[in-house]
Amino acid sequence: MTLAGWQLAFAFVVFPGVIFTAAAGLLLTWVDRFVSARVQWRKGPPVYQPFADMLKLLLKQTVVPEGASKVTFLLAPLIGFAAMCITAVLLFYVNFFPSGSFVGDLIVLVYLFALPPLATIIGASASRNPLSAVGASREMVLYLGYELPFLLALSVPIILTGGKIRIGDLVLAQQAGGPFLTSWAGAIAAVIVLICIQAKLGYPPFDMAEAEQEIMSGVLIEYSGAPLAVFRLTKAMMLFLLPCFLVTVFWGGLANWWAILKFLAVAVLVILIKNTNPRFKIDHALRFFWFILGGLGIVAVILAFAHL
Amino acid sequence: MKDPRIWGLKKSPWVYHVAAASCNNCDIEILELLTPRYDVERFGVVLVGSPRHADALLVTGVLNRKSLPRVLEVYAQTPKPCLVICIGTCTCGNQLFRNSYNAVGPYDKHLPVSAFIPGCPPKPEAMILGVVKALSKL
Repeated sequence: MTLAGWQLAFAFVVFPGVIFTAAAGLLLTWVDRFVSARVQWRKGPPVYQPFADMLKLLLKQTVVPEGASKVTFLLAPLIGFAAMCITAVLLFYVNFFPSGSFVGDLIVLVYLFALPPLATIIGASASRNPLSAVGASREMVLYLGYELPFLLALSVPIILTGGKIRIGDLVLAQQAGGPFLTSWAGAIAAVIVLICIQAKLGYPPFDMAEAEQEIMSGVLIEYSGAPLAVFRLTKAMMLFLLPCFLVTVFWGGLANWWAILKFLAVAVLVILIKNTNPRFKIDHALRFFWFILGGLGIVAVILAFAHL
Repeated sequence: MKDPRIWGLKKSPWVYHVAAASCNNCDIEILELLTPRYDVERFGVVLVGSPRHADALLVTGVLNRKSLPRVLEVYAQTPKPCLVICIGTCTCGNQLFRNSYNAVGPYDKHLPVSAFIPGCPPKPEAMILGVVKALSKL
């Protein structure tokens, strides 16, 4: 089935595009702050808190630092935001119409998920702030680090299904023969993807690009007002979409009611990892991703070839 | 809720902490606000690392000739609307440095101050009350 005309517009603007994903992401941001508060034995903010933050930031003055590249500085947040809107539509479309997906959409999604860090790097580099530059270089190293185990882990379901590279086929294969998570190779790959989600979101233990205590929120230090709101919205959407992606590829797809519980389980796990781990140094993070998770990824690929 | 800008500011005031040569007592008490006992995140207050993200500046310490240009610079770098909340008795005057060549306080000679919170250091309850008063004035 293909969408046409007003359906396509609806898909991009309302569900599952901008409005739905943004609202769900902001609500999930509240869940994040609430669970963090409960972990620290605090009461936590009210439900509307992320929406109030967003409203305030959107209406606040935007300061562009002197000497910054103005156009790049202001347009960079939109790159990541647009990428997340397209990701939302693609991800939900292949879940609800598995036969309608195109060949290689898994690869497209991997590259769309790579755009928000890229947008952060571009924006930080355009802001002419030394701490921003430190943050951008850390973000780059971190990206180089987690992309290798992420791709290795994503090749596991492809190998398990005998070379099917459409997400629709992966979902159908899971509906027929059980989720990939139940095999050894799939379980290892899902753990690797979970840790890579943590790094993609920039959550502890991989928040060295934003480290508030040492480089004062690093990459975002010069952003204020509406561009900062767009960055935070992009991150909220990622917090919603990355667990969805994990459930789609490894845990049986999103097109049933159980998926909501599965999704919440993954999201809360991400939040709990965030709250119970201190920050890595950037070189330790790179070593961890390449040598430990990379090694695990190779093991998972070998197990997948052996169909375990 | 007439102006959404004011509503947003009241519901999520992010604060940046400007320690303008204070003795560190007030700064410790400010951190006390974030602990489970007082938990100001209930009201949407978040301590941020960059003045660009801030809606309110919490300044501490007797203002002197060295810190004045820095405080003015931080205020100029903060996007408006922005509140200035002075914490501690030191900010209300020049105190025991009143005969010093170096003291140029109090703060409202140089900046539009929204609230003074006296105390050495003020109790966290007093700080919350001060911030509430500053916000309800808007």
